[in-house]
Order: sequence, then C-alpha cells, then structure tokens
Amino acid sequence: MRKTLFFIPFVFFLVLGAIFYLQLGKNTQYMPSALVGNKVPDFKLVSLTTDQLVTQNDLPSRPYLINFWGTWCPACHLEHPFLIELADQGIPILGIDYKDNKSRAEQWLAQKGNPYESVLMDEMGHFGVDMGVTGAPETFVVDGSGLIVYRHQGVINTENWPVIKGYLK
Amino acid sequence: MLPEIGQFSLILSLFFALSLALVPLIGYWARNRLLLEMAQPLTLIMSTLVLVSFVILSVAFITDDFSVLYVSQNSNSQLPIWYKFSAVWGGHEGSLLLWVFILSGWCSAVALKVRTLPENVGPVVLAVLGIVSTGFLSFLIFTSSPFVRLLPDIPMDGGDLNPLLQDFGLIVHPPVLYMGYVGFSVAFAFAVTALITGNLNASWARWARPWTACSWAFLTLGITLGSWWAYYELGWGGWWFWDPVENASFMPWLAGTALLHSLAVTEKRGVFKSWTVLLAIFTFSLSLLGAFLVRSGVLTSVHSFAADPTRGIFILVLLIVLVGGSLLLYAIRAAQVKSSVSFGLTGREAWLLLNNILLTVLTLTVLLGTLYPLIFDALDLGKISVGAPYFNSVFTPVALLLIVFMGIGPLSKWHNTPLSVIVGPCLLSMVLSGLLATVLVLWCGFGLLAWVSFTVVFWVVCLSFFDWFSKVSAGSKGIIPRARQLPRNYYGMLLAHLGIVVTLVGIVLVSINSHEAMLRLSPGDSASIAGYEFHFDRLEQIKGPNYVADRAQFTVFKAGDPDPVAVLRPEKRMFTTRQQVMTEAALDAGFTRDLYLSLGEKLDGAAWGVRIYVKSFVRWIWLGGIMMMLGGLLAALDKRYQRRAEE
Repeated sequence: MRKTLFFIPFVFFLVLGAIFYLQLGKNTQYMPSALVGNKVPDFKLVSLTTDQLVTQNDLPSRPYLINFWGTWCPACHLEHPFLIELADQGIPILGIDYKDNKSRAEQWLAQKGNPYESVLMDEMGHFGVDMGVTGAPETFVVDGSGLIVYRHQGVINTENWPVIKGYLK
Repeated sequence: MLPEIGQFSLILSLFFALSLALVPLIGYWARNRLLLEMAQPLTLIMSTLVLVSFVILSVAFITDDFSVLYVSQNSNSQLPIWYKFSAVWGGHEGSLLLWVFILSGWCSAVALKVRTLPENVGPVVLAVLGIVSTGFLSFLIFTSSPFVRLLPDIPMDGGDLNPLLQDFGLIVHPPVLYMGYVGFSVAFAFAVTALITGNLNASWARWARPWTACSWAFLTLGITLGSWWAYYELGWGGWWFWDPVENASFMPWLAGTALLHSLAVTEKRGVFKSWTVLLAIFTFSLSLLGAFLVRSGVLTSVHSFAADPTRGIFILVLLIVLVGGSLLLYAIRAAQVKSSVSFGLTGREAWLLLNNILLTVLTLTVLLGTLYPLIFDALDLGKISVGAPYFNSVFTPVALLLIVFMGIGPLSKWHNTPLSVIVGPCLLSMVLSGLLATVLVLWCGFGLLAWVSFTVVFWVVCLSFFDWFSKVSAGSKGIIPRARQLPRNYYGMLLAHLGIVVTLVGIVLVSINSHEAMLRLSPGDSASIAGYEFHFDRLEQIKGPNYVADRAQFTVFKAGDPDPVAVLRPEKRMFTTRQQVMTEAALDAGFTRDLYLSLGEKLDGAAWGVRIYVKSFVRWIWLGGIMMMLGGLLAALDKRYQRRAEE
C-alpha cells in the first residue's frame, strides 16, 4: 500500500501530459459565440464611403465575412494585405471600422487599398458590443441564409484561412 | 560561413551532451573510474561549443547579417546596437539558444566544482545534466535552429525587433529569469542522482542547497524585473496580471521556496527525505512546464511565441521523458527510504513542514488556475478564462497565513521548542503589531484589509527583531561581535523574510491607496489628482532611430507648492518598419509614490485621452524582491559551503 502511494505523482503527471497532448494543435483562435446560428443583430450605421445610413436589410444575400478592424490596432496592419488577397479572390467582406476616427480610416484605406465591399463606421463600438466583440481584428462568417456560423479572434492568415473558408458557404 | 560554423558547433555539442549523458552512467554501473572521470572534460567541451554558437549568433545580429532568417525576422539595420544584441533572445529560436547557453553555463559551474563531491556522485550529477542538455539541444537543432539561411534572396533589411522588447528591462529580464529556471536543473540533477545511487541521506541536500539558493535568487530577480518591466512598459500601470506565463514563472518560484526550506530540514535532521527529492523534481518540472506553455501555443498569452505544433509535440515528449522518467524513478526508489528521526509538534521541523504544506497549496492553486481553462477545453466543455479574481481571493488568505507563520518559524528550535521561547515574543509582538497597525490605519483612514495586512507586517518585523536580539544578546560577549558571528545563512533568511514583508506593504498600499483618472486633455489644460496638479504644457512630434512619436509634456506640481515636482513626457511611438504603435508611459518614481502618465487615443482637435495614476509605495514591491534576491545570494555564499569546497 505504502509503495503505491509513491506512484501518485507519476500518475498525476501522466494525466496532465495526456491533457496537454489533446490540447496541442487545437485552434486557440476559434471563439465560441452566442450568436452562432442567429441572424446578425439589428443595426443602423453610417457607411464610411457613401455617408448613407445602412441597416441589417442592406446586408448581402450571399455568404460573406464581417471583419472588425481599426487604424489603432497593430494586428490589423498585419491582417490587411491578406484581406486584400481575399478580396481579389472575390470574397465579399463587410468591414466594421471599430472605435475609430473617420479621417484616419479613409487615409488608411487610401494608402493600403480597400478590401471591403462596404465599410461601416462603428465609432462608439455599440455594434461591436451587440456582436460580442472583445478586440480587433475579429471576423465572423455569415452564410447564404444570413446566419452567423463562425467567429474568429485574431489575424486571418494563410494558416487559419482554410478553416474559416470551410464555413463560408 | 560563420552561421554554418554556429550550426555545426551546435550539432557537435549535441554529440558531447549525448556522450555526457551516457559515459559517466556506464562508468557508474561498470565501476570504471576512467569513464567517470570523463564527465568533467565532456561537460566543458559541450559548454564551449554552445558558447561558440551563441557568440556567432550575436555577431550575426551585430553585423546585420540578414541572410540569416532569424536575424532578418528580429532585427533591423536602424536598431541601436544594444537592442541588436538583446534581439538574440527576442524570438523563439534565439531565446531557446540562450536557454541552452545558460544551461551549459550551470553545467560547467558544477563541473568545475565536481572535485568537492564524492567521486561517484559528481559524474552522475553531470550525466543527469547531460540528459537535460541533450533534450534541449535536440529541441533546438531539430525544430528551431536559429541559423537557417535565406539564400540566395537576401533581404535588404530586417523586419525589426518587436517594439515591446526594445527596452532595457527586456535586455536583462529573460537572461536573469532563465538563470533561475535553468538553475533548478542542478537541484534536480542532485535529486535524481540521489535516486540513482540510492544515497538518499542528508548529504545530497547539503550539496544541493547553495545551488538551489543561488537559482532561487536569480528567479526572484527575474520575476521582479518582469513585473517592473510590465509596469512601466505595457502602459496599464499594473504590476502583476496573473497571466499564464507570469504564473509559469511564479510556480517554480513557490515550489523552489518550499524546496529551499525543505532542503534545510533534510540536511540538518535527515527527515522529509523523499519529500525533498520530490520537491526538487517538481520545481524543475514546473520550470519546464513554463517553457512548454510559452512555446507550444496551448495557451494564449502576451508572452507567447509563434505557435508551431511540431515544437509543441517535441517539447511535450521532452517533458514526458524528463519529468515522467524522474517521477517513475522516484516511485520505485523513494519507497525504500525510511525516515527514522521523529520530531515534536513544536520543533522547527514542524514549522517548516507547515511552510511546505502552505507553499505547496499555493503552488497548486496557481497551477489549477493556470491549467483550468486548458483542461476545460481539452474535455470539450467549452472555453473559460480564469482571471485575477480567482487568484486574488484564493491566493491571498493562504499567503497571509504563510507570512504569519513565517514570523514564528525562525524562533523555533530543532526537534522541540520550549514553549517559553515562542509564547513570550509572540504575545508581545501580537500586542505591539496590533497597536501599531491600529494607529496607522486610523491615521491614514484605511479599511479592515489594510489593518490585517499591517498587523501581519509589524508582526513579522517585531518577531524577526526579537529573534535576532535573542541570538546576539545571549552570552557574555558584546552585541556587535556576536552579531558579526551569526552565519550569512541566517542574515540571508532575515533579509529574505523582511523582503517578503516589504513587498507586502507595497502590494497592500498600491491596491488600496492608489488614484487613477482617465481624462480628456488638450495642451494648456490641467487636472488635479490626489493632491497633485498635472499641467499639459505642449505636444510635439519627435523622431527616434526607428520610430516617430507624439510626445506630450506635463509639469506636475504639488498642491500649494509653486515649484514643480516633476516634468513628465509620455510618448506614443509609431514604429515605422512594423507599423506598430507603442505607448511609452512617463514615470516619476519615488520612495512613497509613483506618478504615472500614459497617452491614450488622440481624440478630436488637439485633445488626447490621458491616463494618470498616483501609485503609492509601488516601488516597495520590487524593493522587497531585491531584498529577497540578496537574501538568497547571501545564503548561497554562506561560509559553511565554502569550507567544504576547500576540504
């Protein structure tokens, strides 16, 4: 009996090792969202390019991405070139300029190119709160029937794109 | 050509590490003296080869050799030269090389002292260190070589060092921290040697003690530096965030603290033998766990390196071989050990047992909080995060209890403590500390938590003084000659214990007596916070070596005093190469308070969001850390250990 006690640390460690193994390579950027399976919440936002009021009725009817970004966000600088690549492949992206200022956003898009079908200004971040966004960049996938199917936190790049693309249908 | 030599030298050192892992062990089992004696030269050659690689990588950084992929990713021709050097450990590959370099440094230190150990112990210790080195060297060479070339398309310039790391704190923080982490591998090697040779008597504890104290001192300083760096660089004004990677450095510290105390009992009284061995294994395992968490991408943290699943698998295998192997050896061998010495309930053994239990509880608390989200996710129960509220509410009471007992422990005597020795000073201290705390709390208008904390603080200070005084006043000689006769070990302990208390004062005051404000200010405006007047003088554009910045100038006055207290210049830096914005907070440090100013977002017109903190006694947190570090070094340098070396 006493002898088996000394095996406790070893067994404890093996269990921990198994958990680590299960966790390795898991996608830590996938974030669950209460909105998955629901429609995009109602909103009324001003378009950056046309200054028109845009609501949920103006959303595209084919599958698209909603991308939260801001000129204040360093990771968005990293993500931007890849979004341009996606736009070149014909993937529709709705940009939400999150907690940002208009003139700087315009300057950014003029300098770096505009990958977005349209860009909406969410200066106060209210729409971000409705969508449960915790930071930028964050991207949601909306399917053809208008339902949110996936939420991704952090930069989209060549490595994680295949997973996100799988939801885009 | 040089980078190839660096790579070659690493591969050679792996061969020597492998031989170091095998030859002395074969010599031990075959009872061959010649093979045992090979351990020292093998260690020294391995270490020299690692040194060569490290120097070559540093040279590649300093000479802007962008044909080396790692250099081109982490440096830039415009980077100031000291950052070029510290960029060596700015990414995963180089920091792993630093880790291996420091490991080989510890190995050589042991190798140079090997003659002070019995002739069949020293080589086995080195062989265990050889196994550890083999593991890390193969991790470095097979998954993360820093010498990979970008040929033939050599980039014109590099991608620059992460701006967060362009800072003095980051030049020194990783090496010091690694000195601590890696240093525990020496205690681990002694413990495993004790298991292999079956000599689980008091002697291994005596050999391991100075090494453990020394690495503990480094780890303490490393954590202190990290906390200080986070405070002034991250722009949040916090000094500890319970981030998974901070926890990863804190857990080995807690376990190492327990080990330090448990080694003392094992050395002096020959009890807790198997427990001390287990603690040594735990402490080192927790260091390895830290490395795993940072480098495998299983947890997201501000410290994480770019995640790579192959690296994760490799380091997990390394973890399983080293930790699993040693725990299995422990399970088989430690069961044979019998503790024969018994001790009384009031003896110092019992107090140190209490210390160990509480420290273990604290370690497990942090471990559970850190790994809980991971376990939850692995079992597909969803994603959760465990934040500061959990740690603060679970950790604080146990830690306070530990500090209360920390006051009494040093008074106790081995085996049995006569009650008269403890009761008198305790009663007196209790009254005295309660009174002092009451006066202080009433005078400053603090609450109950502050009262409890300050009572504990005064309690430890009083008891430490009583203990010292009773030691120096006994006997006929004067106080000063007797005080000088007390061993360094004792003063080390005293200093470290008082360091804990100083840190506690800092923590308590900074959390209850700090003022902060988020303000919207334009040049010409001023704001008044906690008796200080902050005047926004002007805003200017400046250009640094590899960034441009908006720099504000604030003059701070104390209310009613026309002379300025300080001029603060917080900056918002835009690093041109990486297009990354960094907040550079401005600080006026003081013994009793820090004025802390950081620029937030630029608002419309000339207005800026400005965050202002007045933090009281925040310096004490790190002052305490430095005292603990000095205490650890003092203990490691005790004359007892040196005398043994000369024998």
